[in-house]
Amino acid sequence: MSAVERIPILKIGDVLLASIQVDLQDRDVLALQEDLAEKITATGAHGVVLDISAVDIVDSFIGRMFATIASTSRLFDAHTVVVGMRPAVAITLVELGLTLGEVRTALDLEKGLAILAELGERAPR
Amino acid sequence: MTIETGRPDNLAELLRAGAPALSARWVELVAAPLRGRVSAPELERELTELYAAVLAGVESGSRDVQAAPYAETRALLSDLSRRRARAGFTPTETAIGVFALKQALFELVDRAEVDGSLGDVAAFSLLLDNLGLLTFETYAKAREEVIDEQAEQLLELTTPVVKLWDGVLAVPLVGTLDSARTQVVMEKLLEALVSTGAAHAIIDITGVLAVDTQVAQHLLKTVMAARLMGAECTISGIRPHIAQTIVGLGIEFGDITTKASLADALRHALRRSGVDVVAAQRGR
Repeated sequence: MSAVERIPILKIGDVLLASIQVDLQDRDVLALQEDLAEKITATGAHGVVLDISAVDIVDSFIGRMFATIASTSRLFDAHTVVVGMRPAVAITLVELGLTLGEVRTALDLEKGLAILAELGERAPR
Repeated sequence: MTIETGRPDNLAELLRAGAPALSARWVELVAAPLRGRVSAPELERELTELYAAVLAGVESGSRDVQAAPYAETRALLSDLSRRRARAGFTPTETAIGVFALKQALFELVDRAEVDGSLGDVAAFSLLLDNLGLLTFETYAKAREEVIDEQAEQLLELTTPVVKLWDGVLAVPLVGTLDSARTQVVMEKLLEALVSTGAAHAIIDITGVLAVDTQVAQHLLKTVMAARLMGAECTISGIRPHIAQTIVGLGIEFGDITTKASLADALRHALRRSGVDVVAAQRGR
């Protein structure tokens, strides 16, 4: 049994960035969810960016993860943006019939941050 | 008898002795139906080479065309029939290349110019039949390859992804949409979204004459996938009778934006990306 992969979570301003660089196992995903929830409460971040540009295989569990993370973050008043999804991953998710719920998506990190900035402006705190 | 394996025919000797006459007559017989579509020196070179290869095979004593001594013959024949197939020759015109040698031998034996027994002629005839079959097979394979290539080219040709504006891509679809093509469109569009970083895509189906449920499903999936990747996708140019089909089939486009024309879709995309197109003020 290998150790659980901890995805590093970086803080940029009031946005948290989790860049997933490895093929995810189910327990890595669960660990990421926990870490993110803790980090959001600790930092009071208003946005979460999940960078999945290095992920080329997804299953339904990971697909649901995005929606779960988004719902969890919403409880802390943070928006979630998934960025850099590859075509193959997008096709897989569509074929699986998964929708991402309230997750916003963007082509790259820059656009993702722009979306978060816009959402932050619209709902001043 | 010079055959080392001790086969009871002296085919090798016959072919060696009759070489000049046989190959000359062979070239003559093959040239006639081709009517100058292959130049005489080229044909002569091809057939002389082939004759030498066949002779080498026969000299080995083996009569099995799949055996090692015939490797060169097979290679030459494959090459020849492939070239013929690509150049658009008919199967007959291709196969005559092999079968004419049989006729040449028959004529020569008939006129007693070479010394050949019935056994030799029969053995050679069998050998050539097998080579003929090989020719056919390669010919058919080459033709299939041509068809496959063309189908692929057609697929490539008919699905260009064009850039309409900074951050706006369009795929103008023309002709008949089938599942395979829609799949290609889907993949190419999504790849283009990644490589250009465009946030808007327009699928224009003005040139599409018919849409069935499966194709509509694929289009919907493309839009959903683009959305998952963070790009917005608009479908434009749905023809009136296609709109009726879509409604008749009960296909739900949901919250997907559809526009009547490509211009409308472009205007929509520009507006969404914060660009406004206005007429220039003159005479200020």
